[in-house]
Amino acid sequence: MSATGVTVVQPPPAGAPTPRRVERTGSWRLSDRIGLAFAWFLGLLFCVIAASIVIYLLVQGLKYVRPGLLVTHPTVGYNENQTGGFLDPLIGTAIVAGLAMLIAVPIGVGVAVWLTEYGRPRALARVAESTIEMLAGAPSIVLALFGTLIFQSGALGFLSQETGGIVYGRSFFAAGAMLSLIALPLIVSTVREGLQAIPMHVREASYAVGKTKIATTRRVLLPAARPSVITGAMLGVGRVIGDTAIIVVLLGATQNLDGVGSTPVLGTLRGTGSTLTSYIYDNAPTGELNQPHKAFAAAFVLLIIVLVINAGVDIYSRRARRLRWS
Amino acid sequence: MELKKPPPVRQLGLEPTAEVHTPLAPPAPATTNGNGHRPDPGFVAAPRHVTRASYALDRMQIDEVSVSYGAKEAVSSVSLPIRQGEVLALIGPSGCGKTTLLRSLNRLAELGNAVTQRGQITLDGVDIGTMEPTALRRRVTMVFQQPNPFPMSIFDNVAYVLREQGKRRPRKATLREPVREALTRAGLWDEVGDNLSHPALRLSGGQQQRLCIARALAADPEVLLLDEPCSALDPQSSQVIEDLIVKLREEVAIVIVTHNLQQAYRIADHVAFMYLGELVEYGTAERIFRSPREDRTGEYVSGAFG
Repeated sequence: MSATGVTVVQPPPAGAPTPRRVERTGSWRLSDRIGLAFAWFLGLLFCVIAASIVIYLLVQGLKYVRPGLLVTHPTVGYNENQTGGFLDPLIGTAIVAGLAMLIAVPIGVGVAVWLTEYGRPRALARVAESTIEMLAGAPSIVLALFGTLIFQSGALGFLSQETGGIVYGRSFFAAGAMLSLIALPLIVSTVREGLQAIPMHVREASYAVGKTKIATTRRVLLPAARPSVITGAMLGVGRVIGDTAIIVVLLGATQNLDGVGSTPVLGTLRGTGSTLTSYIYDNAPTGELNQPHKAFAAAFVLLIIVLVINAGVDIYSRRARRLRWS
Repeated sequence: MELKKPPPVRQLGLEPTAEVHTPLAPPAPATTNGNGHRPDPGFVAAPRHVTRASYALDRMQIDEVSVSYGAKEAVSSVSLPIRQGEVLALIGPSGCGKTTLLRSLNRLAELGNAVTQRGQITLDGVDIGTMEPTALRRRVTMVFQQPNPFPMSIFDNVAYVLREQGKRRPRKATLREPVREALTRAGLWDEVGDNLSHPALRLSGGQQQRLCIARALAADPEVLLLDEPCSALDPQSSQVIEDLIVKLREEVAIVIVTHNLQQAYRIADHVAFMYLGELVEYGTAERIFRSPREDRTGEYVSGAFG
């Protein structure tokens, strides 16, 4: 800098590379620096809280989890050595997740396609949108209560146990159906985002070779949005297997799979059972069974499942994002 | 680092006496027909690698067409012929309605909100308004500014066009030959022929754009619309596509919208200059660039605005 205020750029001496200059916060305003420090503090605090929950559960769980627990049926016993494992809740978790996805994925994709690609009349689309939002915000116990109302009605007796005209209203069908409502908003919003991310000119390219809107949706848009469908479904599974209220109210939370009738698969689906969440609920110190060691072991398994699903979503969506239009 | 003066590509028409280094080509020769009132438009001609079209066959006729978005008129009362055997370039500054006009040729413009259109466009004598849009768009296909292959294999991208909707999907074996032909016409077969199951989005930008041209050609159209097909590509890929366009004009009528005046000059047989929705001037590329009749055209092609 010369005295006249004219900057003279000196050419760097040959051979020695100029050190790369980086921005320093030293020149910032005080409020900005405090803000930055606060943001760092909150971010780290959040990491610490999340990590401590996970680590605590992992440590507690690792103490009590035994591979045998995963393959033995729960039984009634006087102490924790006699009450078996949680094979049935594990199967129950898989069943409700599968059922809920079977219902939620087609409906969710359909709703998302309609909202994004059609959405007429506008008013109806707006109603649908706010319904989805309302569903996303509804406490699952409310949905569960609503579910008992539906599934105890006489006409739906074939979905659960019916004795002497009284419909029990608790079954895998009932729980899966209501759990699908929990996964639905997640799937709809993920698929919508996926569809909205497809540039308009891609749709037009399909119209411009004489394709109809429905053919475009079916052959171009849905394949392009497949990663978001899968991501949404996986997120939905994560939500569904973590829900307790609907399981307790609509699945009966019986320790074992308690089928109805003799038909193998249908009987199980019509019958009651439990999932890992309801198993944890029952075995927690405040629960009916009060077997905290079992509860911790089950929580450990559940946590691992959720973590694996989330990691899977992360890796998958990152990989799927690589092939996009500019 | 040694500072280099960027080579001027075209001379700005602000100062006609300014000296310009033209590394690419000698200054434009004075017009030969002598009917222009602007003998030297200041346009520095790139070598024009187009020979005269061997024939011209009227395909489409645009007749007094106006297109409005709501109250705003984007295209007002434009009439143009579109011929096979020729390349027609639509030039003009941004927002002059050239893309809208292009998109009304295959009725893509009407998909937007509150679009109204007056006038008539005919394809081989038939009013396109009376044709089913999907049938029309198979005869008048389009390639876009951004390469937009579908997220599937190269083969499926082209085969997609050939698969009829609503009927049974034809077998893959029967599609192989037409797919090969379309890719050959688009000059892509030599590069991708042995790897048709490759995902199309993994191709380079220029290859993607040629795949889009192959896709548009697979429908065996009479007219091919190109909306700035090279603006997202590097010069080498643009060159390949320009050569391709010139080659294709024998088989299909070509309309190209371009911002690149040099490109229009290089490949077009006829040029239509549009400004503020109106067709200012239409004529052969030589005439539009060397001896424009309208002042606006002269100013635009010499770089005074736009």
